[in-house]
Amino acid sequence: MGEGRRGVVAKVSGPIVVAKGVEGVELGEVVYVGEERLLGEVVRVSAESFTIQVYEDTEGLRPGEPVEATGRLLTAELGPGLLAAVFDGIQRPLSEVAKVSGPFVRRGVRVNALPRNARWHFKPLARKGAKLSPGDVFGVVQETPLVEHRLMVPFDVSGRVREVAPEGDYTVEDPVLTLESGGRLVELTLKQEWPVRQPRPHAGALPLTEPLITGQRVIDAFFPVAKGGAVAIPGGFGTGKTVTLHKIAMHSDSRIVVYVGCGERGNEIAEMLEEFSKLTDPATGRPILERSVIIANTSNMPVSAREASIYMGITIAEYYRDQGYDVTLIADSTSRWAEAIREAASRLGEIPVEEGYPAYLADSIARFYERAGRVRALGSPERVGSVTILGAVSPPGGDFSEPVTVYTLRFVGGMWALDTELAYRRHFPAINWIRSFSQYADTLEGWWSKNVSPDFPQYRRRALRLLALASEVESIASVVGESALPDEQRLVLLASEILKEGFLRQTAMRGEDVFCKPEKQYWLLKLMIDFFERAYELVKRRVPVEEIARIPEIYEMQRVKEDERGLEAVKELYGRVMGRLEELAGKYGLRAGGSA
Amino acid sequence: MSDRLLEKVAELYSGKVYRGAKELRGSLLVVEGPFSAAYGEVVRILDADGRERVGRVLETGIGYALVEVLGEVEGLSTDVAIKFTGSTFKVRVSEDVLGRMFNGRFEPIDGMPPIVRGELRGIEGAPINPVAREYPRDFVQTGVSAIDGMLSLVRGQKLPIFSVSGLPHNRLAAQIARQATVRGEGESFAVVFAGIGLRREEAEFFIEQFRELGALDRMVVVLNLAEDPVVERLMAPRIALTIAEYLAFDLGMHVLTIMTDMTNYCEALREISAARGEVPGRLGYPGYMYSDLATIYERAGMIKGRRGSLTLLPILTMPGGDLRHPIPDLTGYITEGQVILSQELHARGIYPPVNVLPSLSRLMKSGIGPGRTREDHPYVADQLYDAYSRGVRARDLARIVGEMNLSERMRLYLKFADAFESEFLSQGFYENRSVEETLDRAWKVLSILPEEELVRIPQRIIEKYHPKYR
Ligand SMILES: Nc1ncnc2c1ncn2[C@@H]1O[C@H](COP(=O)(O)OP(=O)(O)O)[C@@H](O)[C@H]1O
Ligand SMILES: [Mg+2]
Repeated sequence: MGEGRRGVVAKVSGPIVVAKGVEGVELGEVVYVGEERLLGEVVRVSAESFTIQVYEDTEGLRPGEPVEATGRLLTAELGPGLLAAVFDGIQRPLSEVAKVSGPFVRRGVRVNALPRNARWHFKPLARKGAKLSPGDVFGVVQETPLVEHRLMVPFDVSGRVREVAPEGDYTVEDPVLTLESGGRLVELTLKQEWPVRQPRPHAGALPLTEPLITGQRVIDAFFPVAKGGAVAIPGGFGTGKTVTLHKIAMHSDSRIVVYVGCGERGNEIAEMLEEFSKLTDPATGRPILERSVIIANTSNMPVSAREASIYMGITIAEYYRDQGYDVTLIADSTSRWAEAIREAASRLGEIPVEEGYPAYLADSIARFYERAGRVRALGSPERVGSVTILGAVSPPGGDFSEPVTVYTLRFVGGMWALDTELAYRRHFPAINWIRSFSQYADTLEGWWSKNVSPDFPQYRRRALRLLALASEVESIASVVGESALPDEQRLVLLASEILKEGFLRQTAMRGEDVFCKPEKQYWLLKLMIDFFERAYELVKRRVPVEEIARIPEIYEMQRVKEDERGLEAVKELYGRVMGRLEELAGKYGLRAGGSA
Repeated sequence: MSDRLLEKVAELYSGKVYRGAKELRGSLLVVEGPFSAAYGEVVRILDADGRERVGRVLETGIGYALVEVLGEVEGLSTDVAIKFTGSTFKVRVSEDVLGRMFNGRFEPIDGMPPIVRGELRGIEGAPINPVAREYPRDFVQTGVSAIDGMLSLVRGQKLPIFSVSGLPHNRLAAQIARQATVRGEGESFAVVFAGIGLRREEAEFFIEQFRELGALDRMVVVLNLAEDPVVERLMAPRIALTIAEYLAFDLGMHVLTIMTDMTNYCEALREISAARGEVPGRLGYPGYMYSDLATIYERAGMIKGRRGSLTLLPILTMPGGDLRHPIPDLTGYITEGQVILSQELHARGIYPPVNVLPSLSRLMKSGIGPGRTREDHPYVADQLYDAYSRGVRARDLARIVGEMNLSERMRLYLKFADAFESEFLSQGFYENRSVEETLDRAWKVLSILPEEELVRIPQRIIEKYHPKYR
């Protein structure tokens, strides 16, 4: 060991350690601290000493113990073996840690991020003599049955291929390609590194035109997120941030999911592992764990590693993006990450500006969300990939005016605002349809018109208008009582109730309704909006609202989403509902289809 | 330094002892000398009167250490002798702890000798590796309808009670501890009780409850009373959890840990943070309170390949009854749900006064249903929430517009809410209901509503369990 520069610990205060005796230490440099070689990162440098943030518990550490500066920045190890693994915030694979230290995480455990003994079947794509540039794909490995891992020339290397290993099984350390670059020979392996705090470069950003289909109606139809977009999901405790994000991780149509459990519960990671191993990809029958990377730095694990976990996650996400995949990065919760930044700042004695947060909080949040996007990757063959960021925000007291929520909303394109009142009523997902927004909705309407139905945008807008109207009528009703309302307004309440129960509410727990396909979303919306508009005509022409409230299909409209026959059931019900309204029209002597 | 102190030092301490502190600031001692203390190391401090205190190294540098004095600082001066023990705070664990009572420094308070057998363990514990966790799903029948029916507890869960001073949270916790069983297993829970800043009567209430049960030999008490040192409020729950972890994961017992009152814990944390001169966060509580509480609550759980479980039932009183106060707020962000007691229900004579709407059990979904409780359970619970929230809204509306002006449908929901509170929620302190009885009561009150209103229950389930079809 110990080719790094050595110094000594001068002071220990929690995770903050001051050391001296090393020349030329740089900010962000990785340092091993103490006899146990705890991992840390340099956060401040002064003339005689430097300050280290240690990623592990420092209890028992003493002044005078050695430190070793490595000359490297905090990096992610990138290569086959990332998928289906669970890492902590500094990329230690937790199942390997468990082998060394048992069911409790002891500190000072050193394990490689990628397994060194696993053999991967490498298929070369580059030929001897070919000229390779940064980002070029030189070979592939079937990392899991679900994902082909594309091996790219690192960004700081280019040159002519001197040697290529034949197709066969290699570990991540075996050289598989030799490049001749300016007279120098560079050996490439299946793995490479990237400093986590720096965005990986690409060949240009592309417009966001395709939705991430989540299967959650209120999201896809009303507040969609584009592939490559960024959305925040703020909400008080118990409003459904985690469940919503888990379901998206499980069912959305992204090729890769990177899930960062940042300062949250250990049991949620255990649950996710179980669910991801059980749920299979419909096309291949393989567990979706095989397309997922999990980073778990739970609330009781060291806070400083929690700060690093977000960067670790986004770097891995970018790496798969560069291979040409649509990646979703989920961060639950970004507030815990912000708090880790606050804690470090406060221990360093930095001046707090707002609720204890340092002045650079907004900047850190901005730089994180800016790493979302849809891009053309560097190198050939041409590849397009995306990173979509979905970030949970946990505002203290559920108050959205606190700094983390406020800054986050400046840098994202959408918000799924979770509502405590809805959660209390067990209306899930508790996404408030008045407060939420999506800047992607307008562009994505194009996708819906083309792929689902040309009149989808109209239905979407009419439904949102009905909900807004209903919320006004509800406030009137809360003053005068519902029975004092005119029939038209009572119909608005009835129709909005159907829409809330039958369309917006979607239980994540079981059965047919766990995932709703776009076409079924469209038909449900059409059913409820056409019902409302036709009924409205009737009510305007003196058909009592009670008559409409009594038709048995009202109950069915609220339940049909769960019908195992799926789309067929909705279409069939549509016919019956319209027929029933025509019957009523007939009974009151109104011509069918008469205009209002 | 006085001669008396020197004598005492010679008698008590062997090896190197440092004399005289540079400065005493609140409960912080600045000690200088040619040593290098370990971060977190335990320090023994002897004052001029020969009284010994314990401290902990909060910051350490070359030739100095900042020591936090645990316990009373009254009467302390810079004239002290200081001995670095070379180790961090540890407790000894073995089967001998069963049936015993300790204070917040792990000294026996039951008149029996200290624990001498067993392994020494640091009280901070180490985080359970998330991949080693077994996801909890064994339903615990508490015999309390509000909990079993709508906020089901599972073994290994951390489920706090949020209350207000004067409400019967202690009674509810005691009732749960008395009645809790896992169906199909005769085995009962071992109870570890951590009293934090408690009044003596409160502590005695719990101990009396367990005596009544004849459960004292399956119980461990760690007690920090209101008059005991504030710093020890931070240690009591950690000592209790270190013992609970040992019983659960080494001996394979199912352990129920009750901690009360966590509000006193948080206030101690604030006080000590202020004494350290740290930047205060919301309402003066330190910015790291979330992480600090997490190192306590996350110790609950189950571990793959180990038999036992650690279920955590913390109790806290919400200052000003405010759910948004940082103490309940941060707790709710960490725990796996919360059981909230309501002053209004209590005033109306309802016991247990659980306000189910803002309450939640996050692990309920995996602990109930076919093969665990009964197949109708998840649907019935969902429908109860929906109907009761409508009933409560109807009641609020009736106060404004008068009951006469409610629609007929809303009047039914109002009637439902009343019946729900009197027939489902209310029960006796000694009334232990089976989960079947709880669900049957739920059906009875739901049947006040027309069948078309039960949109959250599948037709098949309605036809099997609705009283009309039975
Ligand atoms: N989509 C959903 N369907 C059904 N129940 C849900 C849904 N979302 C949340 N819940 C319920 O709410 C509880 C809290 O949700 P969770 O996502 O853990 O909240 P948060 O992360 O915001 O604290 C869950 O345990 C579950 O009971
Ligand atoms: Mg959550």
